[in-house]
Amino acid sequence: MANNFSLSDQPLESLARLHVPPESGSVVTFWGRVRDHNEGRRVEGLEYSSYAELAVKEGQRIIDAAVRRFGLDAAQAVHRVGALAVGDAAVVVETASGHRGEGFEACRWIIDEIKHRVPIWKREHYQEGDRAWVSCHHETTTTAN
Amino acid sequence: MTVQIRYYALLQDQAGQTQETRQTNAVTVADLWDELAAAYAFTLDAELVRAAINDEFCSWDEPLTNNCLVVFMPPVAGG
Repeated sequence: MANNFSLSDQPLESLARLHVPPESGSVVTFWGRVRDHNEGRRVEGLEYSSYAELAVKEGQRIIDAAVRRFGLDAAQAVHRVGALAVGDAAVVVETASGHRGEGFEACRWIIDEIKHRVPIWKREHYQEGDRAWVSCHHETTTTAN
Repeated sequence: MTVQIRYYALLQDQAGQTQETRQTNAVTVADLWDELAAAYAFTLDAELVRAAINDEFCSWDEPLTNNCLVVFMPPVAGG
């Protein structure tokens, strides 16, 4: 299944990888993982929630746009939802293209667009036991300042 | 009219529920946001929030229709 965006409540490592057609000389894969720290705080885990119906639509629009814009042979992205531990894969983006240049560029573009546009939210769990919605906290703090 | 509302992330915490069916006199999405922000003391600035009707992004002046599904989305944080 090529050119697809999806959400998964299962570990991404076990999912099917991108089908790479024979004309592709380059495959670029980006793995986003759960970090053990954020903005000076120790992170023990997190949860992703999503507005699934719209997230899948918007994610698919990003993949389709990337294929057209960069002339990719194939692309896919899968984002985790649910509870994740430090080190777990949060998102994987894969592109197949004739050459590496457009592959790297497209992979970067896709993950940036996902971060900005797809309705997915992250709540981090900290070592001290409290939890916070990351972007909301950041944005409201920034606004208040 | 009657509208269906779903809440996510910070707005879910502040509304104290995941969804509700609500009777409202609001005409537009912006009117409904004002009503909910007052009812639940939302702390997010509306400028940071995006709205959707029936699983598609919409503008703040989009008119509500009977039984439509409305979602207000806090700043996203995927990736």
